[in-house]
Amino acid sequence: MSLITTSVTRARTRGQGATSRLLRNPLGVASAVVLVLIVLGAVAVPFLGLPDPGVADLREALQASSTEHLLGTDSSGRDVLSRLLWGARINLAGAVLALMVAVLIGLPTGLVAGYYGGWFDSVANWFTNLNMALPGIVVLLAVRAVAGPSVWISMAVFGVLLSPSVFRIVRAAVQGVRGELYVDAARVSGLGDARIIGRHVVTVVRAPVIIQSARLASIAIAIQAGLEFLGLSDASVPSWGSMLNEGFRRIFVNPSLVLWPSLGIGLTTMALILLGNAMRDALEDRGSSASVRTGRTERIDAADEGRSSLLSVRDLEVSYGIGDAKNTVVFDVSLDVAPGEVLGLVGESGSGKSQTAFSVLGLLPDGGWISRGSLRFEGMELTTLPPQQRRKLRGAGIAYVPQEPLNNLDPSYRIGYQLTEPLRMAMGMSRQAAKERALDLLARVGIPDPEATFRAYPHEISGGMAQRVLIAGAVAGKPKLLIADEPTTALDVTVQAEVLDLLRDLRTESGMGVLLVTHNFGVVADICDRVAVMQSGRIVETGGVQDILECPSHVYTRTLLDSMLDDSGDVRVYTGPTEGEAS
Amino acid sequence: MSFLVKRLGSAVSLLFGASIIVFLMLSPAFGDIAFNVLGENATPEQAAQLNTELGLDQPLIIQYTQWLLGALTGDLGTSLYSTQTVSAALAARMPVTVALVVLVTLLSGVLGFAIGVAAAIKRGWLDRALQFIATLGDALPAFIVALFLVTLFAIQLGIFPATGYTKFSTDPAAWARSMTLPVLALTVVAVAGVAQQVRSSMIAVLRQDFVRTLRSRGLSETRVVLGHVLRNASTTGLTSLAVQVVGILGGAVVIEQIFALPGLGSLAVQASGRSDVHVVLGTVTAYVVIVVVVNLLVDLAIAWLNPKVRLS
Repeated sequence: MSLITTSVTRARTRGQGATSRLLRNPLGVASAVVLVLIVLGAVAVPFLGLPDPGVADLREALQASSTEHLLGTDSSGRDVLSRLLWGARINLAGAVLALMVAVLIGLPTGLVAGYYGGWFDSVANWFTNLNMALPGIVVLLAVRAVAGPSVWISMAVFGVLLSPSVFRIVRAAVQGVRGELYVDAARVSGLGDARIIGRHVVTVVRAPVIIQSARLASIAIAIQAGLEFLGLSDASVPSWGSMLNEGFRRIFVNPSLVLWPSLGIGLTTMALILLGNAMRDALEDRGSSASVRTGRTERIDAADEGRSSLLSVRDLEVSYGIGDAKNTVVFDVSLDVAPGEVLGLVGESGSGKSQTAFSVLGLLPDGGWISRGSLRFEGMELTTLPPQQRRKLRGAGIAYVPQEPLNNLDPSYRIGYQLTEPLRMAMGMSRQAAKERALDLLARVGIPDPEATFRAYPHEISGGMAQRVLIAGAVAGKPKLLIADEPTTALDVTVQAEVLDLLRDLRTESGMGVLLVTHNFGVVADICDRVAVMQSGRIVETGGVQDILECPSHVYTRTLLDSMLDDSGDVRVYTGPTEGEAS
Repeated sequence: MSFLVKRLGSAVSLLFGASIIVFLMLSPAFGDIAFNVLGENATPEQAAQLNTELGLDQPLIIQYTQWLLGALTGDLGTSLYSTQTVSAALAARMPVTVALVVLVTLLSGVLGFAIGVAAAIKRGWLDRALQFIATLGDALPAFIVALFLVTLFAIQLGIFPATGYTKFSTDPAAWARSMTLPVLALTVVAVAGVAQQVRSSMIAVLRQDFVRTLRSRGLSETRVVLGHVLRNASTTGLTSLAVQVVGILGGAVVIEQIFALPGLGSLAVQASGRSDVHVVLGTVTAYVVIVVVVNLLVDLAIAWLNPKVRLS
């Protein structure tokens, strides 16, 4: 998978930096421009020669737009444009104040909590929770009751209320790098904690804090305007919120008085959020949803000769994305599985063997598709089969045993439900019949107390048990073909041998064919009849197990085998008939 | 069961913590209440007398204990400006705010989940459109949305009343009309956050291995998505809904003022403006109680949906 993931990422990034990605995001650029204009207006307003925002002239009240008053006047005859720009100063300054307080508190505490953890962490967490239980504006109302109408005190207190969100982000970022090798290396090389935090850790938290700051500034502006709108701050200071308050009282007479401050507040808060999102997307390089799109399979003319009656794959090509972003990860793979036969698909991680297996199941990850080739199951061409029919094949025709047993059970449902659901839904069994069958299956796969396991949740059973449950689920529909993707890799060595024995027995009993994906020649030697070796998305060698183990013809197969034998023991664990030849 | 006890415990500790902090904040160290009440021209003697009357000259710990003992028996003191007890004032205001918050929470929960699931499954243009709208809802303060709605529906179209409140018991239809715009304004803002969370956790769960295994068993896509993926993703969605409730309550303070709804918010604003300490303290406590109850309900729902939480 690693090869695939890297190539997919490479296709997305194509060597662009975060800045250029940000500049290519129209919303991000527009937001930045809007913010710069608003800040410029706020900074430059004393030099623009606008009328004094506080001077009332009742004779000029509620005037429409004119050359003297570009945006008209309010009910006291004050210039709206001038008040709007002076108001921007107050609202931006308030937001900056709140932000500074939040960062001054949240950054150092987050660094310390993330780096050292322990009790400090729990105390800080408790405060965070407490803080999240109180609506900010309600706290500010309480503050207003004692501290009076000063907007600066309110915003400083609001900064304290915002500090947990800085804290949480910093702590999470620091915890993420605390265990990283380069931080360990710095520690081993004798750097003090302060130096490490200063040099290595702060660089990690910088980006998230800046992004979060945009968000917090937006919230701060909204809350400050809200307070002013409620008439709880000093009304003599021109601000967006007090303009709203004033305008709202005359909303029936002149709605435009509400319009301008609303625009100021709305544009600023929106631009801040959009800019924050754009920065986040640029840094995290979130791919566009285009990579999810897939294309049409190119059909091939393959001779029927020599194709197996069960599963036959010809010239399979698997790709991710389309057009320029198309990335092919499996090339020209051809293989056959006969009824009752176990074919081993061997290769190192990233060689494309899982992708091949998922293609047969018709369950490639998002964005993956079969770009070329023919897949035939019991004579049926799978690449042209409608999705609905394809689904009906799964479970009853082709079944699947996954690699990581515990990740492959739904944590929210009991084992029993997960085993009986497909029996009832896909195979139309009654509840009672499904339960009996599930219990039989659990007993068959060697689970000591089927009733108890039936009632258990996935997190209550061991990995080995979970893998048996998954095998039981896979064979429940009496499939003709079983696809097992590294079925033993995540298990203890002793359990591995038992699971392979179980698979072998099930194969003998039911005569199903098995496509076994593995990187382990020990497993191959133990259970497989034939083996196909994959490297970099291609099959390099196919043959009988004995032939390949005894005299591999491809260099890569030899390297794989040698590396197996080098790292001791694994092969000897199994008691398969070909073990002697293998070692 | 032990889960429930633990949750109740943390709820109570939260309630305590909040009341202590608000009490400390309201203590005279942060400003001189007496002068706020009496006006700046009051003599120091008058101020001292008021402080004694209010018990503000006693040590904080005693003040707090007295308040707490009273609060536990339902006595939250009396308004400085009227003879009405704080409990009576809260009892009169609470139903309006609770109705508002419950309606908005339910509506934004249902819509947020529906939108989030649709966006996660369909992706493409629908996803992008929803993302953009959600961002707008996320960015705009509820009162800006409310002012827009008032201008459009009340002033231009005259469909809904701009302000005013009719009791449900007086005239249910008029009550519904008076609540529509406030509920709408708060929902527009809250739904965005829920939808975003549901969408991203749906996408995260869809990528998990067990989804592939479920599909490999021949289950229909509807069952996989609604029965399994949504159930696992709903924990995150519900948590974000709980977080939204705090935001909804905050937004409701301003919204109540705009629409002249006689709820907790307008009580708090009035009390704050004239430094009516007992009323302020009482309303803040009422808010915390609402939040704590909502969080408890959400925790129960999460425990019901997620056995790991319930059993660990």
